Amino acid sequence: MNQPILSVKDLSVQFRLLEGTTRAVEQLSLDLFPGKCLAVVGESGSGKSVTARTILRILDRNAHVTSGEILLDPDTPNELDLMRLPSTGRRIRAIRGQRIALIFQEPMASLSMHYTVGNQLMEAVRIHSGVPRDIAFAKAVTLLVEVGIPNPAARMSAFPFQLSGGLRQRVGIALALAGEPDILIADEPTTALDVTTQAQVLNLLRKLQKERNLSLLLITHDLGVVAEMANEVLVMYLGRAVETGSVERVFASPQHPYTRALMRSMPRIDATPRERLATIGGAVPHPSNRPAGCPFHPRCEEKIDGLCSSSIPQPVRRGHNEASCFLVQETG
Amino acid sequence: MNTDAQPQRLTPGPVEFNDRKAVLRVENLIKHYRIERGFFRRTTTTIRAVSDVSLTIRRGETLALVGESGCGKTTVARCIIRAHKPTGGSISFSATDDDAIDIGNLSLKDLKPIRQRMQMIFQDPFSSLNPRMTVGEIIAEPLIASGVPATEQRARVKELLQLVGMPTSAATRFPHAFSGGQRQRIGIARALAPSPALLVADEPVSALDVSVQAQIINLLLDIQDRLQLSMLFISHDLSVVRHVSDRIAVMYLGRIVEEASTETLYSRPLHPYTEALLSAVPSKDPTQRGRQLPLTGDIADPSNIPTGCAFHPRCRYATEPCRKDVPALRRAADGTAVACHRARELHLTGVGSNDRTSSYGAPLPTN
Repeated sequence: MNQPILSVKDLSVQFRLLEGTTRAVEQLSLDLFPGKCLAVVGESGSGKSVTARTILRILDRNAHVTSGEILLDPDTPNELDLMRLPSTGRRIRAIRGQRIALIFQEPMASLSMHYTVGNQLMEAVRIHSGVPRDIAFAKAVTLLVEVGIPNPAARMSAFPFQLSGGLRQRVGIALALAGEPDILIADEPTTALDVTTQAQVLNLLRKLQKERNLSLLLITHDLGVVAEMANEVLVMYLGRAVETGSVERVFASPQHPYTRALMRSMPRIDATPRERLATIGGAVPHPSNRPAGCPFHPRCEEKIDGLCSSSIPQPVRRGHNEASCFLVQETG
Repeated sequence: MNTDAQPQRLTPGPVEFNDRKAVLRVENLIKHYRIERGFFRRTTTTIRAVSDVSLTIRRGETLALVGESGCGKTTVARCIIRAHKPTGGSISFSATDDDAIDIGNLSLKDLKPIRQRMQMIFQDPFSSLNPRMTVGEIIAEPLIASGVPATEQRARVKELLQLVGMPTSAATRFPHAFSGGQRQRIGIARALAPSPALLVADEPVSALDVSVQAQIINLLLDIQDRLQLSMLFISHDLSVVRHVSDRIAVMYLGRIVEEASTETLYSRPLHPYTEALLSAVPSKDPTQRGRQLPLTGDIADPSNIPTGCAFHPRCRYATEPCRKDVPALRRAADGTAVACHRARELHLTGVGSNDRTSSYGAPLPTN
């Protein structure tokens, strides 16, 4: 396989709160390959959004990265460890938007209510390229066309609250594209949308990915979205990667008990009437009450007494997948 | 494609109700909101949130109301629990078998005893529980309202907590001590407290994590089996709806466009909008990705509903009559109903329950 464009190595992030230290991400490694989509899947509290924010260096002040590297263009002459840059400096600001852009779950979070769509898009275009207003206007209209907004010239003067959720998310995507990034981080981009609009936005992301050769880091809790979009999957639980691999392999033969349980607990559109779902007992613990040993062991039906509660399983390679579980036997 | 997709006994005319044990019967419900502007509060726009909705829920049955946001499904729920006063139509509710009451026009005083028999479960378990009350107080509140003596309240709270799978020690704690799934259980216990005949659940699992969502779906199914509850289940998630509902009504811009039993609707949709909704659900199988979505654009503005069939601007089967005439909801003898000019001739694609076996390596639950 070719070189990754973005490589996260051994990342650990803690939040220091009044109640104590919360370990949000622990020893996480991931590789994003050019033009591919890596889906990071997990429930709330799994650390998937914190990972995205760490990559862009936009964590809150009480967050501390205790270890790890975030390598842009690893093993090339341009290799750059984002963790070594000051989080407010000129260099990281040039990377945000122009190399790595972010799409939010709720586009209203990234759009201002007080300015028109055109105003905000032109601002982004001008910050990134410094072109005069008339060129920025033309560029902004082109972006709106590219994300499939009907009647783009008229939409330039619309305010975000005048648009539907689907159109707003398209504007959010246009905004992310304004700096011509080659890496897109999408944090639950379709969670707030209807299933029909979700399908449209996923189609748009797929089209953009192909046309612009974008690398997509897709953060989601929805395995359906993963199945639609991803090339590679990383399943997270309580801040740790529990399973990684190609989407086909992970869906065809999930190795980690958590991945298996997650797949079984998904409602299915071809279910029989009143069919009960397989459940995972309990709930995801708060990251500040992380269980000792394997973080999933209190909810795991296949746990080995004495072992899973005391030591943390390391990733075991099985074919092209990796799972962090004592039950998984290594194969070539 | 299904060759036997047409209902044979479509008859025009008013919707007929011949069932014996309807808990809730909504007929020709209309809800308009007027937007007033200026000094004289002139009505500038009328938002037709619900125009002519009829539905029936039988005892022990779950009817799901599905559709995109803005289709009016929440407005229907709010009219049924009389949080909003309907503009027109009737809502008759019968908690026991013989006394159907039209609650659409009742005064607040007369509504009070009826409200205890229909309870609501909300989407957001974080904002629907009062943070200053203990869980015991939250669950006991509807009991106090219905005049249950204080001595019985504590036992009833304990019983309800056990019913929803919570430890009885939870009664003395505050909602913030619980996770989203546990809070939703508390909300369900509160709804069950006055022994309702009908539960109205508005997106009760969409704010929950996947693993917790499955627990709550199972809980709702179990409780319904035990208590013979009727339920109106509002959701936009067709996978969830498949598990919980007996019948489904699909709404588009304030009207029901199709109604059928769950099996029939998924395997043989009759309305193009239903077909589009089904095809938009992610396949959950990476080898089947990238299907073409037969739906473009957004749902229209309910203050400016398109002429003819409201769905025609997004419908790939639309013809000239669709642009002019509003299709009537035609009901067949088996209860299936569809509002589409071309329902007889179209062969729409559904979701097979037999031909698509699970593609996961993980074994499926057997029950």
